[in-house]
Amino acid sequence: MQKELISSHATNVFLGKLGDVLIKAIDKPLGYALNWGRLWSLWPVHIETACCSVEFGAASGPRYDVERFGIIEAFGSLRQCDLVVVQGTITRKMAPRLRMVYDQMPDPKYVIAMGACAITGGLYFDSYNVLPGIDGVIPVDVYVPGCPPRPETLIQGCMLLQEKIKRMKVR
Amino acid sequence: MITPLPPGIQLEKVDDRIMTLNVGPQHPGSGHMRLIIKVDGDYIVSCDPDPGYVHRGEEKMAEYRNYIQNIPHLERPVIHDSCNILYPYCLAVEDLLGLEVPERAKYIRVIASELNRCVYTLYWLAIYGIFLGHSTMFMWPVGDREFCIDLLEAMSGARVTHAYFVPGGVRNDLPANFEERCLRQIDYFEKRLKQYEDIFYQNPVLKQRTEGTGVLSRMDAIRLGTTGSVLRSAGVDFDVRKKEPYDVYDNLDFQTQVLKEGDSYARSRVPYLDMLESCRIIKDALKKMPKSGSVRTKLKPNPKGGNDEVYRRVESGRGSLGMYVVSDGKPEPYRVKISVGSFRNLICMPYLLKGEKLGNMPAVYWSLNYWPVEADR
Amino acid sequence: MSSETTIDEKSSETVETKPEIAKKEITPVVEPKFEKSLAEKVVSKFGTIVTIGFIKPNRIRINAKKENILDVATFIRDELNFDHAESVTGVDYPKSKEIEVVYHLGSYTEPQLAKQVLTLATRVPREDIPNPGHDSTRMPSLRDVFYSVEFHERECFEMLGVYFDGHPDNRRLLLPEDWADIPPFRKDFGIKGR
Repeated sequence: MQKELISSHATNVFLGKLGDVLIKAIDKPLGYALNWGRLWSLWPVHIETACCSVEFGAASGPRYDVERFGIIEAFGSLRQCDLVVVQGTITRKMAPRLRMVYDQMPDPKYVIAMGACAITGGLYFDSYNVLPGIDGVIPVDVYVPGCPPRPETLIQGCMLLQEKIKRMKVR
Repeated sequence: MITPLPPGIQLEKVDDRIMTLNVGPQHPGSGHMRLIIKVDGDYIVSCDPDPGYVHRGEEKMAEYRNYIQNIPHLERPVIHDSCNILYPYCLAVEDLLGLEVPERAKYIRVIASELNRCVYTLYWLAIYGIFLGHSTMFMWPVGDREFCIDLLEAMSGARVTHAYFVPGGVRNDLPANFEERCLRQIDYFEKRLKQYEDIFYQNPVLKQRTEGTGVLSRMDAIRLGTTGSVLRSAGVDFDVRKKEPYDVYDNLDFQTQVLKEGDSYARSRVPYLDMLESCRIIKDALKKMPKSGSVRTKLKPNPKGGNDEVYRRVESGRGSLGMYVVSDGKPEPYRVKISVGSFRNLICMPYLLKGEKLGNMPAVYWSLNYWPVEADR
Repeated sequence: MSSETTIDEKSSETVETKPEIAKKEITPVVEPKFEKSLAEKVVSKFGTIVTIGFIKPNRIRINAKKENILDVATFIRDELNFDHAESVTGVDYPKSKEIEVVYHLGSYTEPQLAKQVLTLATRVPREDIPNPGHDSTRMPSLRDVFYSVEFHERECFEMLGVYFDGHPDNRRLLLPEDWADIPPFRKDFGIKGR
């Protein structure tokens, strides 16, 4: 019996099982720790897609100061980012670029659809060049309605996203 | 073994020294547009702007909505300058429908438009600051901008998308105690603007970086058909408010700010000087405004214009902004063309960036007072 | 389709006769004497080639044939001192099978002309099945006369399919790269749900 255990095949099985056992044992605390880390460092990509970027800028200004909530002003490389705030209308020209940006980001990544245009097309529902919402392009975590949403609404959307991350299963 | 290319496709011959850079649409140094830049070492050889990432077909949509329904979506190209982009539309529709605007409404329009110019310019200044790595210049204007937004919010009810101007006047009257509040804000604002001068415009690092970069001569500014701050910084004295006064600008006291240098520094300074003038205009307009009276001429439901066409222009935050409205006697306009300052200044970009250092690209790009959403419409 | 008949009447009216000048009495602040003198300069030079669309305060409209548009534009630049184009608009008139290209010209150098906007309009034939760049919808580019029309003409080309002969850069500007439909600002291009 011991001999069997020592054989290389059995060791592999044992190690594989060990992983499962470990994950079961420390999943909750580790997951909590990982999620906690992700929660307070949401780095948005600097991709402005339409006019909602004005209110996004105002949200990172001194009055609304979104950095209080762990969301940092968007200036940096997208390889270090984990949040896409889709700031408004996605046109047919922008959609492939948005997808490209999303694909280049490392996991885990979250998406906030900001503004009516990003949710359903909004005011531009009958325009020939505007997508009716970004759901068909990238998966969305939180929808922030408004045209444009007030900075408070955006902050609330971010806090909802943080609530969501807190309860997420760590992969 | 090279596989032959399919017919119709040609490979571009590439020089070894030349490298092509895509700046945007996801890039900290660009807005909602792409600049295809070719660099030789650190120097830009050619620049090809590629706008259109926010082209939403406003002009086409305007043909399917009547004159009143067009108001909310026509202001969307520049939501932080929404009064100024609706201004020429309202003037044009008033010309088409033969409407008279009450005197008080004219003054309210001027006040709203000047406040909105400050809101726009402060946002632009904030982005210009952060483009050049001056974080304080991001925080201060964005913070002060909120005070102007508060005033406009009290007037119209919305934070940035006011939809406050309608053909025939403004949507509603000023709130109570607006004048004292406005004057108090403007006094504070003027004090703050003096501090901007010290921290930003007299900053030696900023001066080194922007002085002498992207120089546009007077003749070129005229030839390229630039407008607004780009034109005035190159020594051409042209401001639609002075040259073709609309509403009550002809009996208000202000001056056109003109600089001669034509470089990025001058281009970034003219909007700032314009803000100081805006404060003067608002104060003067508050003094001269009739204290009571109607603010809106009632319109018939579904108003129809005759077989006519109107081209009206105003001075917006980015320069002359024209609306060309063609009517064919139906409730909807036959064609609406928005001739925006950003689109007219776009032509400078390949011209100015050629031969410039790559590091100076943001300084030149944003000093053109270019708002991509407006240029794309 | 009654709309297009009305616009047809309008277009024929602007070409042959003057439209009603009822607007002139409403705003008698600036007497359009100066505007008239400008328009007469153009008419005296070109005669019947050009027609005057309207003369309103600060606004003049001159209609020209597309064959002569370069001469007229050069004259306007050199003799009348209009030095830049504010916008280039294409207006589609499907019933008369024409597309109108409207240039709004302004002046920075001449202080007298600062408030004037001269509208130079021309009409190009329109084809029912457009093939931008390869059909008869084309006119000479004014880019050599007014350098500032460069991007405006590019926009007009993609939005209405008017090809500008002599324009160095007739590429796509605003629309997506894979746009395969007809030019969107034509009247027969319908938008969703309308």
